[in-house]
Amino acid sequence: MAFSHRVLPILLLLPELAVVGIFFLWPSVQAIGEAFQETNAFGLRSHFAGLANFQAALQGGYGQAIEVTVAFTVLTAVASMAFGLFLAVQVEQTGRWRTLYRTVFIWTYAVPGAVAAALWLFLFEPQIGPGARLLGALGVHWNFALSGPQAFGLIVALTVWQQTAYDFVFFSAGLQGIRTDVLEAASLDGAGPITRFWRVVMPLLGPTVVFVAVMDVLAALFGSFAVIDVITQGGPAGATTTLVYMLYRDGFQNGDVGLAGAETILLFVLAGILLAVQVRVLNRRAHYR
Amino acid sequence: MPIARSRSRLGLLAATVGLSLLAAACSSSTPSTTSTSPSSTAASSSPSSTTNTATGQTLTVWTAFSGALGATFNHVVDDFNASQHAYHVVAVYKGSYSEVLSDTIAAFRAHAAPNIAQIFDAGTATIMDAAGTYEPVHTLMAKYGYPFATSDFIGGAASYYETAADQLDSLPFNSSTPVLYYNKAELAHAGITQPPSTWSQVAADAATLAAHGQRCSLTSSGAYVMWTDMEQYAVWNGYHYATDDNGYKAVQGVKLEIDTQPFISHLALLGSLAQKGEYIWNGVATSTVPLFTKGTCAMYEQSSADLTTIEAAAKFPLGITELPVVAGDPAAPQNTVVGGASFWVLSGAPSSSYRGDAAFLHYLMSPTTQAYWASHTGYVPVTNAASSLLRSQGFYATHPSDLVAVKELTNKPPLSYTRGIRLGYLPEIRDAEASAIAEVLAGKESAAQALATAQSQGDKILAQFAAQYGG
Repeated sequence: MAFSHRVLPILLLLPELAVVGIFFLWPSVQAIGEAFQETNAFGLRSHFAGLANFQAALQGGYGQAIEVTVAFTVLTAVASMAFGLFLAVQVEQTGRWRTLYRTVFIWTYAVPGAVAAALWLFLFEPQIGPGARLLGALGVHWNFALSGPQAFGLIVALTVWQQTAYDFVFFSAGLQGIRTDVLEAASLDGAGPITRFWRVVMPLLGPTVVFVAVMDVLAALFGSFAVIDVITQGGPAGATTTLVYMLYRDGFQNGDVGLAGAETILLFVLAGILLAVQVRVLNRRAHYR
Repeated sequence: MPIARSRSRLGLLAATVGLSLLAAACSSSTPSTTSTSPSSTAASSSPSSTTNTATGQTLTVWTAFSGALGATFNHVVDDFNASQHAYHVVAVYKGSYSEVLSDTIAAFRAHAAPNIAQIFDAGTATIMDAAGTYEPVHTLMAKYGYPFATSDFIGGAASYYETAADQLDSLPFNSSTPVLYYNKAELAHAGITQPPSTWSQVAADAATLAAHGQRCSLTSSGAYVMWTDMEQYAVWNGYHYATDDNGYKAVQGVKLEIDTQPFISHLALLGSLAQKGEYIWNGVATSTVPLFTKGTCAMYEQSSADLTTIEAAAKFPLGITELPVVAGDPAAPQNTVVGGASFWVLSGAPSSSYRGDAAFLHYLMSPTTQAYWASHTGYVPVTNAASSLLRSQGFYATHPSDLVAVKELTNKPPLSYTRGIRLGYLPEIRDAEASAIAEVLAGKESAAQALATAQSQGDKILAQFAAQYGG
């Protein structure tokens, strides 16, 4: 009553705008500024550098980091969606133990990434970990500290282990949202369980699939940091250095702010393109009610 | 240089998470840095009490000392605080060496730097060449009237941290050098009476050990194999590591010289041993100490600073000797250089604090402090005075193992290119080398290929440094 129609909305928006401004816009502008400058680590000397930082970023292992990131993102997103959906469908069909199963399958998402990584590290520590010994007994020469594919596989497996739980939650919710009369109608029309799943359940799950896919991609792109930092630190020989990890190493460990700024811009562009394409392609297939 | 980013940290991880949750839960009003007793909280409401309290002006020192080392260093700090009342030094553990460096940089940029920071060997050029970031220790000591000369310090320590003009911008402190540890029982079982003194003997002994059922004969420092087998290998055998005397003479145009025969043949040797399982190294994140102390590998290239840890864990007769040299190399053995860290006084603090910084650094280099520090850790005393004090106390007669590092560091006066490695962003160059070593040990690349890649990556890093620091 005391507020005019113009002041109140602005006041209500202010906290959000402040958060976005301080934590997103201001650092972004800083990063863009730094990307075009060469600064010594302590920030005492800097001069305009043109595109030198971008050039350095593209030369210094950026190609490998893009390959690692894309492979990691695609593998983890597809695998966790497949496992999450499979488990959700199976659990929906169980009777009285359904709550127990749900709790068990959601459990892994409740473990923070760094803690999960520490646990897996104990399990798969070369020569010492029980998992490593088991693999050794199976004839696998397990040493992820030296073998790039093994390190990459371990990080992928751990991420899928966690992300499957997240996907499972949303797929379970999505499945419960599908009305039983639709499925019964399909049954009466003579559709078997497989046909019902692909022709009725999947299209109705479309919006959930889009959402989960976007979240999985974001988790792979930006959420994998803790796991990589604890287990491999991007090694061996860059086999697990994703774009975000490279950014962290160059900017925070090596203090090369200009290079990190250039890498940030490149990552921003790349992630933007990836998500835009993904939402467009998947939305075409989804049926929103 | 024993402070590795090793997996041993991980055990603490869960505990840390739990603790931080707890801390968050009970984070009440007091951001206590000094004391939490109710009386002092009440007293601290007086306006003047932020830095000048009854205990004196607070000086913050950031270090990478944790565990037993942290306790020993805190003992030194407590003694300093008890010895005078004008200043109160607070030592803060900030994580691994590179975390201390990156935190110091971030804090400096935010105008919240500590008074003194412990910067590790590989970070020396990164801070030294950023003039204006620090108060050179030699001018600081002169200003406040403390006797201080580069020649007060032992050869390998002075040479590593001195400027092109032979001055010390920082105070060399915890200093160690790699030595060869060996398992006397395993060597004796294979009929080997003397530890190897050359790399060809290492290879021959590895074959003998393997024939007697001891598969792995050698391992190296986990986090710092680049330090033992590239940097110290270069100075100990008298090879050039980089142009311009390893970067001592210039910032612009410096290039690595690791894509050369001495380094290629050494890495090739390690690679061929690794293919037979006779050499093991599991990446920079894995500590190799257990491989040696549990008897998996018979010999171990590791920092002398780890002596106490290894002595405590080894259940076998332990031998310590000088690093092997390249057979037939007339220059070898030359000298090793220190690894570890030095203390830098950062700019931007209130001018009244610098007198305290100087007093504290003077205390750290005093013979008694150095003797205490060296005899309670595996580090060498960095001053000549402390070295002779320990000798006169008969320390080396009872602890001959501690003498090996001192002998390596002072074996010969350093040549212009064996003073140390003074390269900008050396930690990044080490990363590139670690990748190369991993590729060779995994059998994916030849030593020549891997070092060519590391050299070109390293040269790009050096060019980047030159552009940022010289332009």
